[in-house]
Amino acid sequence: MSSVPSSALPSSSSALHLAVALDGAGWHPAAWREPVARPRDLLTAGYWTDLVTEAERGLLDFVTIEDALGLQSTHFTEPDGRTDQVRGRLDAVLIAARVAPLTSHIGLLPTVVATHTEPFHISKAIATLDYVSTGRGGVRIQVSARRNEAAHFGRRTVPSFRIEDLESPAVQELTVDLFDEAADYVEAVRRLWDSWEDGAEIRDVATGRFVDREKLHYIDFEGAHFSVKGPSITPRPPQGQPPVGALAHESVTGAPFRLLGRSADLGFVTPHDAGQARAIVASVRAEQDAAGRAGEPLHLFGDLVVFLDDDPAEAAARKERLDTLAGYPYTSDARIFTGTPSQLADLLQELGEAGLTGFRLRPAVAGHDLPAITRGLVPELQRRGVFRHAYEADTLRGLLGLARPANRYAAAAAVAADAAADAVTTA
Amino acid sequence: MSEPRKPLKQIHLAAHFPGVNNTTVWSDPQAGSHIEFSSFAHFARTAERAKFDFLFLAEGLRLREQGGKIYDLDVVGRPDTFTILSALAAVTERLGLTGTINSTFNEPYEVARQFASLDHLSDGRAAWNVVTSWDAFTGENFRRGGFLPQDERYSRAKEFLATANELFDSWHGDEIVADPATGTFLSDAKAGAFVHQGQHFDIEGQFNVPVSPQGRPVIFQAGDSEEGREFAAAGADAIFSRYATLKEGQAFYADVKGRLARHGRTHDQLLILPAATFVLGDTDADAAELAREVRRQQVSGATALKHLEFVWNRDLSAYDPDGPLPDIDPDLGEHTLARGRAQVRMYRDPLATAREWRELAAANKWSIRDLVIETGNRQAFVGSAETVARTIDEFVQADASDGFILVPHITPGGLDAFADTVVPLLQERGVFRTEYEGTTLRDHLGLDRPAARSGSAAHGERAVAS
Ligand SMILES: Cc1cc2nc3c(=O)[nH]c(=O)nc-3n(C[C@H](O)[C@H](O)[C@H](O)COP(=O)(O)O)c2cc1C
Repeated sequence: MSSVPSSALPSSSSALHLAVALDGAGWHPAAWREPVARPRDLLTAGYWTDLVTEAERGLLDFVTIEDALGLQSTHFTEPDGRTDQVRGRLDAVLIAARVAPLTSHIGLLPTVVATHTEPFHISKAIATLDYVSTGRGGVRIQVSARRNEAAHFGRRTVPSFRIEDLESPAVQELTVDLFDEAADYVEAVRRLWDSWEDGAEIRDVATGRFVDREKLHYIDFEGAHFSVKGPSITPRPPQGQPPVGALAHESVTGAPFRLLGRSADLGFVTPHDAGQARAIVASVRAEQDAAGRAGEPLHLFGDLVVFLDDDPAEAAARKERLDTLAGYPYTSDARIFTGTPSQLADLLQELGEAGLTGFRLRPAVAGHDLPAITRGLVPELQRRGVFRHAYEADTLRGLLGLARPANRYAAAAAVAADAAADAVTTA
Repeated sequence: MSEPRKPLKQIHLAAHFPGVNNTTVWSDPQAGSHIEFSSFAHFARTAERAKFDFLFLAEGLRLREQGGKIYDLDVVGRPDTFTILSALAAVTERLGLTGTINSTFNEPYEVARQFASLDHLSDGRAAWNVVTSWDAFTGENFRRGGFLPQDERYSRAKEFLATANELFDSWHGDEIVADPATGTFLSDAKAGAFVHQGQHFDIEGQFNVPVSPQGRPVIFQAGDSEEGREFAAAGADAIFSRYATLKEGQAFYADVKGRLARHGRTHDQLLILPAATFVLGDTDADAAELAREVRRQQVSGATALKHLEFVWNRDLSAYDPDGPLPDIDPDLGEHTLARGRAQVRMYRDPLATAREWRELAAANKWSIRDLVIETGNRQAFVGSAETVARTIDEFVQADASDGFILVPHITPGGLDAFADTVVPLLQERGVFRTEYEGTTLRDHLGLDRPAARSGSAAHGERAVAS
């Protein structure tokens, strides 16, 4: 598929995977005020197509699209009533589907809130994203502890708290509950993806059967918050299992990292230096072992907010200028990087050595920092031999080096058949 | 001829992607995928080439079962409605995009958000067919798990739609200022604010999708019962009906349009668009012959027996589909045999239906399969392109409908011949557009944009409410 000789492709040990996280005009709250921003276009298909096409020009593995079931807010659990920042957004799954036919290689991971949505609906939505993108769909699962979002559904209540209260017993209990529910959610979604075996559609004219019902399976999922019978209404998607990602931070409860260990193909984590990266990788790997998935691939992507300019002083000045516009210094759960593409490349390589397999960059200003990634950082990483020169696969799993998983039900059926055959031969 | 002629009604046409029903002929060598995006893209492009008003997708949320087993004789499996429609918005420019979405197994905030997003991403082409399935069988796939007592499904549907409309109207269109110089993004910190307290929903907050190009998506309704008709007359823009014959169509049309005045609405605020299958041939005789073949492909012996079971509510697998009808009577009471099927609800008096069918079969010497072929899915329009164009026009001019939602029996190419041969004839007759006049689905359907509440009036309301 690639026109580049294979020796020019990065070897798997040193290769970096690169993604961008797309959110409105960019991650800095004043990003929309930059001359390159298109603040009146944020709700148009053209805006999103341009961003994702730019990311694809840079050969990135995938984009994630942020989402939430309430208005953006600087407050952790409530709306903040601000009118000087971007407010209002479109459903991320629909955005991903809208750009899918207009792109050809890049992976598409919309954000889905597990707390208030139906695993059955989301399973078929992401399966369908995989169909409309011919194998480039994925999903980033998120929980919502926002009180106002719960009130939009009226099915459960959430206490009001501040970010400083995160380690209080009540909030800890809430965190564990939400993340455990999200793990159940992912399990139900994954079972639904497998609930049709590959090749279940047989179109057997002789017997008049369109499907082989033996290849369709009830999933019979029962969890603390919901149960799902199955099978799905949508046949198994092209990738079998579209990759599932989640952002997770360190917590005394361990619940976020446990979700990665139990349920994810892709973990987004937020180390601020190589030492933290090493510690986080160790914690997540331990959760993975505990979940009995030690041998399975689980990519860990470091998240960084980036301000990129050819002159490092210019990047720092840009952040300051935006901070002044916003009226406060922008802070983030992720490390905020200001500097040149080459300095960022140094940092990524250093963090990469700590065990991260890729990076999800959050452009501070989408219109500025995304092209700086695709046209500045990417060529720099290519020069260093750690990034691809052409897309080497047509599916997201292919780009991430993840095999197409066997169907759990087909595998179980095969084992049962083997056992039966054994029984016959030994009898 | 001296009398001034009534101006001709303009016909509305839409395309229903077939599949998951017994009109679909999947065994035909020309039948393609029902799930690959290329099929949907081909179908949508054909509909748009033909200047159709919209593409229509049905919904099903659980695989059907019969006799405790997953039904395997029809097409089963379909993509997610919102996702496929959003992707189709990328490969079309004007075609409306109508999705059937249930009001029982969803929540208003989420559905309103999805439709508002689709309307933005398609530049004003979204429509919602509000359906009301309620059964516990389907409910087993959802968090609520449960089912809704049948008599509550329309009360939930009504409140669901009303709530969604409150959310669609919660932004007025002038809130996004996005002025970098002053730093004002929103003119109103309370944009999207809503409070809804009712029997089914008790929710409040702020809707996070600003007003979409059409204000609200176009609303379709598919109910047929008394409550369904009232629901449609009160608040729908269009009805997707099952009456595609002249007499039944006229009766339904008169009934539903007659209800509008009571709801303070005018005759042209509700369009009646029946689902209609068609078979085209070079001549009427060719088409009739082809139609017979299609019916035999649609109704295998096994399919015929299963169809009979919808009425009999008994296992009839021991019967010969090429033999006579069962002389035992239907099992009355709760239908336990076929689950997840709309047809089961269609036959409200099984004993009467069985009697009628036996008489029909005896009089015509029909086998079980013959009977199902003859009485089952009617092909609405069978004939040459000239015949079909003329008949469609006559039906619409005679107020049997305002147009049709066409259901071809082959995916995805089943619309091609219609687009190439029937549409030009309708255009020649002056009853179908040759170009889209507008850009939104409301434009195509001749529907007004819902009255936008002015920002200041809305402020006043909120001030009163708070
Ligand atoms: C033409 C037509 C199409 C329908 N399509 C769907 C559908 O795609 N999905 C669904 O769940 N129900 C569908 N329905 C069922 C309706 O939502 C409703 O449940 C059914 O008509 C029974 O309601 P009623 O008693 O008002 O007729 C359809 C009904 C009609 C008449």
